[in-house]
Amino acid sequence: MQKIYPNAAAALDGLLQDGMFIAAGGFGLCGIPELLLSAIKDAGTKDLTFASNNAGVDDFGIGILLQTRQVKKMISSYVGENAEFMRQYLSGELELEFNPQGTLAERMRSGGCGIPGFYTKTGVGTVIADGKEHKDFPTGPDGAPETYIMEEGIFADLAIVKAWKADETGNLVFRKTARNFNPPAAMCGKTCVVEVEEIVPVGSLDPDAIHLPGIYVHRIIQGDHEKRIEQRTVREKS
Amino acid sequence: MWDRNQMAARAADELEDGWYVNLGIGIPTLVANYVGDKDITLQSENGMLGMGPFPFAGDENPDLINAGKQTITELRRTSYFDSAQSFGMIRGGKIAAAILGAMEVDEKGDLANWMIPGKLVKGMGGAMDLVAGVGRVIVVMDHTNKHGDSKLLRECTLPLTGKGVVDRIITNLGVLDVVEGGLKIVECADGVTEDELRAATEATIV
Repeated sequence: MQKIYPNAAAALDGLLQDGMFIAAGGFGLCGIPELLLSAIKDAGTKDLTFASNNAGVDDFGIGILLQTRQVKKMISSYVGENAEFMRQYLSGELELEFNPQGTLAERMRSGGCGIPGFYTKTGVGTVIADGKEHKDFPTGPDGAPETYIMEEGIFADLAIVKAWKADETGNLVFRKTARNFNPPAAMCGKTCVVEVEEIVPVGSLDPDAIHLPGIYVHRIIQGDHEKRIEQRTVREKS
Repeated sequence: MWDRNQMAARAADELEDGWYVNLGIGIPTLVANYVGDKDITLQSENGMLGMGPFPFAGDENPDLINAGKQTITELRRTSYFDSAQSFGMIRGGKIAAAILGAMEVDEKGDLANWMIPGKLVKGMGGAMDLVAGVGRVIVVMDHTNKHGDSKLLRECTLPLTGKGVVDRIITNLGVLDVVEGGLKIVECADGVTEDELRAATEATIV
């Protein structure tokens, strides 16, 4: 099966629909599927719901889809760096569902693993727990009961992710902290499209060093990435 | 009274050799400067154990950032993993301690540090997962807010990050533990008397 496509627009052809639910990888601007986001902007697909840890900045990442009003709802843990996001949210144009970061990651992972719900201690006693099922488990000292809340797995229509390298069958290798949400996002999409910096021949990646097996990957593109740095921080040479 | 660096140094005393630790943004970040000879591995919850210092100019790598989105470096011991595994180790109690800032802490160990109603809400990030999952939660913050009001309260007024999660509080005035019935003074900062510490604290001191 041919998984390699010539560009982002071709790789998304036939997959985009107004109102769809997309899981996107990335943390801040690190490891975001910048080429696929740009192609979704060009396609003009509307009323999108995104599960993505962050919402980019005004002119990069998911921010570019906010500028064109293509996003209806964000499921995120932190959205602090985006003025247009805040404007749309405060004016009621954009829905926002805050998830604790680990809950969001696990919702993606478990959705991809066929697990529709799981119990977690995260958020118990906070607004995050409002309206959710509570259940005690004997996990405390000497089997004392501790309270957990149920969170639901994410089943997205489409996953868009960024990896460093792919082989022709879609086995993926990520680089440093650019891995972040990309594997769980890839896993929870009905279809997963990945953009990479390099496509290598089958057999050139160490099978023991594959971060995400190609079974999760349906379409691959290679492209040039801007890879913008959000907070350039350096130390003085002493 | 302790300054920011003295508070960070005092917080570093809490860490034990061999611990895996997550440091929050602000004063907690400074704790890394004071661990001395102890073998401490720092976790960055975006998917890294063994976080190194900021890079020298020219060595920045866009694929290598910390949870505050700052460029950082790796160490010889560094490992990388995805966000689900990162929070798996947090939720699973593998991280020995988290050192975090706070807006309010109360005498039951409730912590508020993610939103002020009516103000811009940016999100909780990983804070709720950290306080629910790590072995020990140590709060480092100023004892009072900019109006001079105690940040150590009988009951938090802001939306909570976690309920009954705080173990120890280190402020510019001293160190307090959350115990049955209230807060217990562990020590006073240099030049601060116990009476001054009590006077600046709204929470019940037992």
